[in-house]
Amino acid sequence: MDASILGAAAINGLLLGGSYALVAVGLTLIYGVLHIINFAHGSLLMLAMYGVYFLLTKANVDPYAALPLMVAGMFAAGYLMYRALIGRFSHGKDENILLITLGLAIVLENAALFFFTGDTQTITVSYSNKMVELGPALVPLPKLVSFLASLLLCGALALFIARTDTGKAIRAVAKERDGARLVGIDVEKMFAVAYGIGIACLGAAACLLMPSFYVAPTVGHLFVIVAFTIVVLGGMGSFVGALLGALIIGLTESLAGLFFGEALGQIGIPLIFILILLLRPTGLFGAAR
Amino acid sequence: MTTRKHRITRRSLIGAGAAAAAAASFGVPTLLRAQARPVKVGLVNPMTGFLAYSGAQCRLGAMTAIEEINAAGGIKSMGGAKLEPLLGDNQAKPEVGVSVVEKMQEEGVSAYIGAFSSAVALPATQAAAKYNTPFIIDVGASDNIVNRGLKNVFRLKPGFRACVDDAIVGLGEVNAAAGKVAKSAVLVHEESEFGTGTAKLLAGKLPSIGIEVKEVMKHANPTRDFSNVALRIRSLRPDLLIMSNYQNEYVLLARTLHQQKIDLAGMFSVLGGGFNYKFVKELPDVALSMMDFNHWFDPTNPKAQAMKRRIEAKGSLFTFEVYLAYNAVKLLADALERAGSADKEKVNAALASSTWADHFMPYGPTRFVNGQNEGGKAVMLQATRSDIEVVWPGRFASAKPVFPKPKFS
Repeated sequence: MDASILGAAAINGLLLGGSYALVAVGLTLIYGVLHIINFAHGSLLMLAMYGVYFLLTKANVDPYAALPLMVAGMFAAGYLMYRALIGRFSHGKDENILLITLGLAIVLENAALFFFTGDTQTITVSYSNKMVELGPALVPLPKLVSFLASLLLCGALALFIARTDTGKAIRAVAKERDGARLVGIDVEKMFAVAYGIGIACLGAAACLLMPSFYVAPTVGHLFVIVAFTIVVLGGMGSFVGALLGALIIGLTESLAGLFFGEALGQIGIPLIFILILLLRPTGLFGAAR
Repeated sequence: MTTRKHRITRRSLIGAGAAAAAAASFGVPTLLRAQARPVKVGLVNPMTGFLAYSGAQCRLGAMTAIEEINAAGGIKSMGGAKLEPLLGDNQAKPEVGVSVVEKMQEEGVSAYIGAFSSAVALPATQAAAKYNTPFIIDVGASDNIVNRGLKNVFRLKPGFRACVDDAIVGLGEVNAAAGKVAKSAVLVHEESEFGTGTAKLLAGKLPSIGIEVKEVMKHANPTRDFSNVALRIRSLRPDLLIMSNYQNEYVLLARTLHQQKIDLAGMFSVLGGGFNYKFVKELPDVALSMMDFNHWFDPTNPKAQAMKRRIEAKGSLFTFEVYLAYNAVKLLADALERAGSADKEKVNAALASSTWADHFMPYGPTRFVNGQNEGGKAVMLQATRSDIEVVWPGRFASAKPVFPKPKFS
């Protein structure tokens, strides 16, 4: 095997991992705070991708320019969804939240099928086919932008959670609900804020993905299964874990594809997943419970 | 799972009652008094699930044909009997396809049109065979659909093997005309029956037209990233890339190769899942000069052009699903007309002996052998910057092939 091909495949893998990172970080945040798996994550990503698609095709808003709008819009959608649906109907029971998010996923996916049809949509922007030489690899500009922006946003989010009052409140609610309530934190509001932020990550992910990917009502499945793997691999609820996990999974997927072919190479992800869980059952950065 | 298009409303019931009373009191002959019973046609397509778009396109084509036939006075030999669609959703799942067939049977279906995918068509036709109910395949390429000796199954379009055979002849001729610039190829295919089968047949036959197969690469459905496949192709330096994949992977692979600026004499596919007007419209730079061997209407037939305009005026795309389903219904109508009844035995016999030529496909009159229309042909297509042209065979061609395609540099 030519060394330059290996290098190029590794770079492609890292870039791919970057695009998984935001989806996984949103998922891990929601898990960390609410202690539930958000089954609607994939469908909400799909919805955000349609949002980006329609912003470009109907209002001529560039996907990157749409980023603040999409992040704000998805945050609002997530916040309201928690307040109006998930929080209200869960009656404080985690298993109810699971069922509600699962139901939401089914409703959203079929509504998308009804309104947008099952047809696959792609967008073309002026920089879609721009390439950047990165060592041995020729990398599409949108993928590089997506990688860098993804790292930046993950960092910003980690800072927000670590430094701001809202971030501290979210962490407090995540660690000790009752204690947080005792010191005067509005727990339900923090749940909604955390859910909103998790969904806002999807808004950003959608803007970064669309210039090099497609959208269809079932597109969420493609990312959400990988995102679940990443979250478990990185340690459920851990930011750094999710980011590192995303890069590891991207790299694994790319190199396994190169060595075993694109069909057999798919076993790379579950394989490394099993290995890490065998050696570190709590995931890379997960705290033992 | 199935819904009837026409329900009897209170108003129509009163209307019919009044008409019947009037007819009786005026002594109108019996023939005019009795409205011919409608012929129920079951449309078995995937309306939800991952093939929902294709299913909706099939239904659009079939419904257009049914409306047209009814507007023109129905089946004349049956006293102007109207076609009544029974709408079903097979969800792209074989077991659901079978239950839709059974349900429609209870509703008194006279014939089925479906089922878009081979995977559903195989068990669905089998289920219909129990009742000997005619089943016309709109789309579904597997040759096993017609190879099982079922007397009720008919397919207007060519199967899988015929498409590959013709594609090899076409590619050989186009390559020879260009001075045999293509001497090697890499095959990239999806992992299911369709991609694997096509790639296997192609790999066996390409050497016969002087093209060496350098490598056959398989990929999963879905594949999120084709960067590595592109790297591999770049290092192998083939003259041709031949792809067999479904829509999403087809588009993603084509896009990646275009981004990586990999120079090839031609990018070619057989029944390419993503090669359509939408692809050309949305990604014209990527699609430019790509070739596909696929089902297509006869561009020289004015009826085809008229229908294309009509479908586009509705805001839909004139994809192969639309005209294949449309012509499948028309084929059924012709058989009903000749059978003079919806009797299953008679309709099956009329279909088997059919020499129907009123379609707008590049086929000639129908000639069924074991349910397969032997005249069914696919054609070689090529994308221009804004359209898709037929480039082979010459008698249906609307443009000359651009081969080898222009280089990036």
